[in-house]
Amino acid sequence: MRRLSVNLCGTSLDNPIIPASGTFGYGYEFAELYDINILGTFSFKGTTREPRFGNPTPRIAECTAGMINAVGLQNPGVEKVISEELPKMKRVFNKKVMANVSGFSVEDYAYTCERLDHCDEVGWLEVNVSCPNVHGGGMSFGTEPKAAAEVTKAVKAVTKKPVIIKLSPNVTDIVSIAKACEDAGADGISLINTLLGMRIDLRTKKPVIANKMGGFSGAAILPVALRMVYQVYEAVKIPIVGMGGVSCAKDVIEMMLAGATAVEVGAQNLVEPLACKYIIEELPAVMDKYGIKNLTDIIGGAHNG
Amino acid sequence: MKEVIYKVVSNQKIARDVYKMILSGDTSAITAPGQFVNLKLDGFYLRRPISVCDCEPGHLTLIYKVVGGGTELMSTLLPGTEINALSGLGNGYNTDKSGDRPLLVGGGVGVPPLYKLCRELVAKGVKPSVVMGFNSKDDVFYEQEFKALGADVYVATADGSYGEKGFVTDIIKRLHYTFFYTCGPEPMFRAMSGVMKTPGQYSFEERMGCGFGACMGCSCKTLTGNKRICREGPVMNSEEIIWEKEVKG
Repeated sequence: MRRLSVNLCGTSLDNPIIPASGTFGYGYEFAELYDINILGTFSFKGTTREPRFGNPTPRIAECTAGMINAVGLQNPGVEKVISEELPKMKRVFNKKVMANVSGFSVEDYAYTCERLDHCDEVGWLEVNVSCPNVHGGGMSFGTEPKAAAEVTKAVKAVTKKPVIIKLSPNVTDIVSIAKACEDAGADGISLINTLLGMRIDLRTKKPVIANKMGGFSGAAILPVALRMVYQVYEAVKIPIVGMGGVSCAKDVIEMMLAGATAVEVGAQNLVEPLACKYIIEELPAVMDKYGIKNLTDIIGGAHNG
Repeated sequence: MKEVIYKVVSNQKIARDVYKMILSGDTSAITAPGQFVNLKLDGFYLRRPISVCDCEPGHLTLIYKVVGGGTELMSTLLPGTEINALSGLGNGYNTDKSGDRPLLVGGGVGVPPLYKLCRELVAKGVKPSVVMGFNSKDDVFYEQEFKALGADVYVATADGSYGEKGFVTDIIKRLHYTFFYTCGPEPMFRAMSGVMKTPGQYSFEERMGCGFGACMGCSCKTLTGNKRICREGPVMNSEEIIWEKEVKG
């Protein structure tokens, strides 16, 4: 176990594997298939101040080596998450969990984070300034350094828990945004959220997704994610949670070499619900194959020389 | 829910673009008629949800229509091919509600899940009526199979080339029933919602991401709260359904 352990913002994880928000619900469905306590932690479904139904359906489209989703942050709202989902989650997961938070104003973010700051089960706040599927908020905070910094400051002011800002890849210069978050006090950066994409149905000649566009994720986006993690690692000192297209143990190692301290697995959970279990199990053998003793030794390893 | 490796036993065309595939493997996760399996197919990222037509310990029957790349690939799979599936997904129909004269209404490839339901209802000692609607004669399948179970079977085709000319609702209007179960296209459901005289259960279809409740891709609003078609559905009670005005494109 020690070979796989990493430290994320002051808390030790048994391994760097974290199912990404929106692909793991609150863990219950997966707990039917395996003991999810083997995970480093997991990031639960994006939470907002008020309940949200999300976008109209269809919300899902198939792509080559990936998928598009336009769920639109469906969730029961922070009060219900605290009163109903967290106690239920505790029955299947006994480690600290990562709370993923979204908002439509700086006040929203601060309010929701302040509420979650009181929950012992929550070990980290992952603040999503990058959802591509909601209008008038979400991603807009993550496409502009000043706005991202403002959210970071407001959240840091209301919580003692480590704050990890989740960034959008749909920007010209992700490095300047990451730096702005670091300067504003962020404890970590997670990236990348989905890439804005679309599909068109040849029979109806209309977009497949009711919302027309959605977030593209899955194996196809790994190279984009690696590049951005690599760039951000060069610019910031705080830990990076790398994600985007990670599907197997080799991808995890690549992501850590690019600069990730921990690695989130997203879309792969949806097509292979046992994905994270398989990855954790295969990591030691893949590490042996590439002469890696401990995973902590390779964080940012691709940058040396 | 269970992840199972099934093996193709047979895979044959039974109507226009419609195939019947028999699989061998662990079916223990399938506990109710109307549940589905989600199949991993080579070259496709998302799994393909297919309703269970029938199953017994060790064997599973799927009937599917070739409508896109995934089902087209399925139609070429030879006996012996292994398929990774998530088995036993969704809630399924509740046979306790049937009363002694249940009505089963299937439209096109909505017919298959009614077969296992019909078999279980007959085993319970009730006599189902089955109304099946198709576009045309070439699309008709499973009429004899339902008759062999002992059900009263009625077939309608839209163009009148087989059975009665018209829609399932034309036949339903003159039947007596204690409860209904249905699976088919949404326009058929809308037509039915105006003429059904008893409560019933509708099985819905939606584009799914995961098929087991994790992604919220197939959510719908109901009078009893938000539901995931793949998890709390695909079967919904008629009393909880909100019929939206516009038909989805």
